[in-house]
Amino acid sequence: MQEKLQALKNEAKDLIQGARDLKTLQDLRVKYLGKKGPITEVLRGMGKLSKEERPVIGQLANDVRASIQEAIDGKQGILENEAIEARLASETIDVTLPGRISSPGNHHPLTAVIEEIEDFFIGLGFSIAEGPEVEKDYYNFEALNLPKDHPARDMQDSFYITEELLLRTHTSPVQARTMEKHKGKGPVKVICPGKVYRRDTDDATHSHQFMQIEGLYVDKNVRLSDLKGILTAFAKKMFGEERQIRLRPSFFPFTEPSVEMDISCFHCNGEGCSVCKRTGWIEILGSGMVHPNVLEMSGFDSKEYTGFAFGMGPERIAMLKYGIDDIRHFYTNDTRFLKQFKRA
Amino acid sequence: MLVSYNWLKDYVDLNGVSPEALADKITKAGIEVEHVHAMSEGVKNIAVGHVVSCEQHPNADKLNLCQVDLGDETVQIVCGAPNVAKGQKVPVAKVGARLPGNIKIKRSKLRGETSNGMICSLSELGVDAKLVPKEFADGIYVFEEDAVVGENALSYLNLDDHVLELDILPNSAHCLNMIGVAYEVAAILNKDVDLPRVLVNETPMPAESKIRVNIEAKDAVPYYGARVIENINVKPSPQWLQNRLIAAGIRPISNIVDITNYVMLEYGQPLHAFDYERFGSDRVLVRHANDGEMITTLDDEERTLTTSDVVITNGIDPVAVAGVMGGVNSEVSSETRTVLLESAIFDALTVRKTASRLQMRTDASSRYEKKGIDRNRVAEAADRAAELIQTIAGGDVLSGIVEDGVRTVSPQVIKMPWQKVNDVLGTDLAPDTILSILSRLNFQAELNGDTLHASIPIRRPDVTIPEDLVEEVGRIYGYDHVPATLPEGPSTQGTLTAYQRKRRRVHRYFEGQGLQQAITYSLTTGKKASELRINNQGASGSVQLAMPMSEERSTLRMSIVPQLIEVVQYHLNRQMGDVKLYEIGKIFIANEEKNDLPIEREHVAGIFTGSREERIWEGQPLLVDYYTVKGVLEGLFNQLDVLSSISFKPAKRDGLHPGRTADIYLNNKVIGYLGQLHPNVQKANDLQDTFVFECDLQSVLNVDMGAITYKALPRYPSITRDIALVVKEDVKAGELYDVIRTAGGSLLNDIQLFDVYQGEHLEEGQKSLAFSLKYLDPERTLTDKEINQTHEDILNACQDKLGAVLRG
Ligand SMILES: [Zn+2]
Repeated sequence: MQEKLQALKNEAKDLIQGARDLKTLQDLRVKYLGKKGPITEVLRGMGKLSKEERPVIGQLANDVRASIQEAIDGKQGILENEAIEARLASETIDVTLPGRISSPGNHHPLTAVIEEIEDFFIGLGFSIAEGPEVEKDYYNFEALNLPKDHPARDMQDSFYITEELLLRTHTSPVQARTMEKHKGKGPVKVICPGKVYRRDTDDATHSHQFMQIEGLYVDKNVRLSDLKGILTAFAKKMFGEERQIRLRPSFFPFTEPSVEMDISCFHCNGEGCSVCKRTGWIEILGSGMVHPNVLEMSGFDSKEYTGFAFGMGPERIAMLKYGIDDIRHFYTNDTRFLKQFKRA
Repeated sequence: MLVSYNWLKDYVDLNGVSPEALADKITKAGIEVEHVHAMSEGVKNIAVGHVVSCEQHPNADKLNLCQVDLGDETVQIVCGAPNVAKGQKVPVAKVGARLPGNIKIKRSKLRGETSNGMICSLSELGVDAKLVPKEFADGIYVFEEDAVVGENALSYLNLDDHVLELDILPNSAHCLNMIGVAYEVAAILNKDVDLPRVLVNETPMPAESKIRVNIEAKDAVPYYGARVIENINVKPSPQWLQNRLIAAGIRPISNIVDITNYVMLEYGQPLHAFDYERFGSDRVLVRHANDGEMITTLDDEERTLTTSDVVITNGIDPVAVAGVMGGVNSEVSSETRTVLLESAIFDALTVRKTASRLQMRTDASSRYEKKGIDRNRVAEAADRAAELIQTIAGGDVLSGIVEDGVRTVSPQVIKMPWQKVNDVLGTDLAPDTILSILSRLNFQAELNGDTLHASIPIRRPDVTIPEDLVEEVGRIYGYDHVPATLPEGPSTQGTLTAYQRKRRRVHRYFEGQGLQQAITYSLTTGKKASELRINNQGASGSVQLAMPMSEERSTLRMSIVPQLIEVVQYHLNRQMGDVKLYEIGKIFIANEEKNDLPIEREHVAGIFTGSREERIWEGQPLLVDYYTVKGVLEGLFNQLDVLSSISFKPAKRDGLHPGRTADIYLNNKVIGYLGQLHPNVQKANDLQDTFVFECDLQSVLNVDMGAITYKALPRYPSITRDIALVVKEDVKAGELYDVIRTAGGSLLNDIQLFDVYQGEHLEEGQKSLAFSLKYLDPERTLTDKEINQTHEDILNACQDKLGAVLRG
């Protein structure tokens, strides 16, 4: 009897080991462990055994049963894993195929430059002021110390609509309007971005429409040294910490003194290259102390108040910063151009 | 203004300051030097040669064989110039010499004869052909007889000079003359100015015996002076004078004309020489022109004058346009024996108007216009010219200047607290430093208590107010030395306005939806300006430029979409078929009162064509359609939280597909449109199916939504019931939405359309729409009975109002 049980165990284990699928395994479970299986049969025939043999055989039969059970369970785990793996293998996809993209668009590079400048000055307590693009001659010129026959009007040939109306040639009229609104009381701290228009034939370096961004700070005791301090910080923010600035005397009708600001060339670090025309310096903006006539005309007492103003061209800044060689790109709107500035 | 470095040395000691270094210092002090031009650039090894003999080349009619003495040797040179002759002193490029254009002179053979160098013309030496004197225009240059053989020819021609090109802005007109530049440079270098000492030897005969001067146009002519010089000999100017004019960019003509130009360059004072014999009378009358009066000017143009012009007359006829140009009738010629020399002051504005109306900007007019004249040297300039004419053209100068008007004016004095300099600049300069800078500028200044008194030289009409004086101190002191500080005023809060903040969100929203931001031109054609406007009714018109540069850019746009269509065409022409763009910008509508500002509105517009997403590898791409655009807009309105005030209604608009266009309403007002371009428009512009929208952004962003207020989350469950309705196919979904919303009342929390069907199982001309309706009362659980009742009400309303039946 003992040999029979032992043989039964070995036979079952061999079959379990050889099972290839869960169905075969289930059949083996029924065959060996089922109610009609050989072990049940042995246990059922116990009555025929001697008192001494009974517990021994009983124990052995139970052990064999447990051992077969264990082998089946173990094999089942293995087969189940294999089945899952096989299914997953069949589900494999090419993970390197392109994904379904919904690619976002991005800011126009000029908007990117303008927002960067706006945000810098907002951080310094400036607000953003806007104004009409069609302006009165008064705000575009006269309020800015450019009376009707001033020779400096030649510097900016304009698109007139009527004798009194024109497309603004700079965003400075917004400054005049803002000062007027303050009714002679400072501080006035504004940044004025926007489109401006001049009578130029479009080519690689000229555009009849372009952007300008200007700043104005009017208060008691505003000094040229403050202009220098703020614009130095600005140059470092826009063009890198290592930038040096230099102020050169210049002329604008609405400022006195007037200065032009150069930054050390970020391309060659001041050594001299084609970007800076071998000078080591790049002209970046015009500025100066607000002319007393401009203050007075906008309702400020020039004995009490001083101020500084500055203006620059986002196109020029973007061209310098990104190495763009033709101003017309900004207005052609070729998406292959526009998309290059998604990080801007 | 072209400034000769060598000439400038006459007035200021430039020892140890190279032309480049000088240019840098002038630029830093405020007058931009645009170029430093070395006149001898690329020219080397040119000597003065003496043509010892000159014979015809045996094998060539037009060539000459010259034996040229170069000092150390005599060489044979073949020369083709028609004016070469024995005995001349000429510039010779020796073997090994260099000429501009990277030309190297080698020993060569011409038709069998050796040539050891080249006899040069001025243009071959790099002089602009426009500046070469007429007598040498077609041949070699010939020196004066005293030129020393073998010496460097470049110094004889002043080609060892450097020319500084100054960019003169309206505040630097004082540098439109050499003396003004000398003052400027002396101030920068802290040196003295050495001015010409003028000495005229007059004959006893008074000029008054020959001429009388009257100014009738006193308003425009403060001073007119005339000298008379007899017995002159008109011929080419001496070498040194020609050299200086060429360096300054003026072509030498003849000694008399050259001298007037030279003195203008030196003093800034325009002078004019009339041929006295041809002047036509013994009387100068300066008056306003008569309307329609004619004069033929020196450039041979006949000019018609008006009363705002001022003319010099002989008492009857005009002989010159004041401050601009002389007339041919009294022009100096080689026959001239006596000249009448004018040195006058004309009003800047009058000259500017005349020059600009007649389109004749001359060296003289620009100096009057820009006030680049040392007003109080007007008589000295006449003396200087008389002196030079005497020396160079050999004349007798009649005694005295015959004049009318005021010869000199007294200088203006600016008074200000000396501390103003530091207050404006942010510096800490001592009063002595300020005074010493002003004295470097030759401003007479002194301190009277705390008040600075500065007398401004007449040559500096640009300095009129204290701030100008501050600038003078600042620029000579140097802005490099001004500290960088931060403002000490009260701090302010910088912020965007609500409108600006929302607009930035609109930018980001559209970009998140895959649209690229475009910026197009505001100026367009008259036709395009008014196409696809939002408000195309009404008479309000476009804003047009008075003098456009082209029809293409003649009118301000009243809509943005036409500009975006151009951008799409650009892309299609370059095989880029998928384009999604948006633009935010102004549009312009004329005001009825023509001198009032036009109405400017900020619009947002978009254009879509091609595939909806980036093309991928899974079958056919989905193309953009009407609903793509509508979804993008609804998303925007939703994000701005105005969606509940927005509705879309079918519309017919020129240029758009009649069945695929909707007007966008904000409450009851049309604020925009969306739709497909009309197939005819698409075809005419070679476009594929293209969808556009334009919306008045200001209307949308100016809706005040108030503050955000939290609403408690519902504590009771909502219940969803579906309803499928069959309606005639021309019933719009929007109408069903409206009826359902109204009938559903407060219990109806949400409506979702989830199916639209037309076809099998439905009668022809009918369609079915299935909605999912969500019922909710945040305060309690709804009963079946209530929901059934509401659902029933909705169905009934749809039946009554739109003829809908429940789908079986
Ligand atoms: Zn560089």
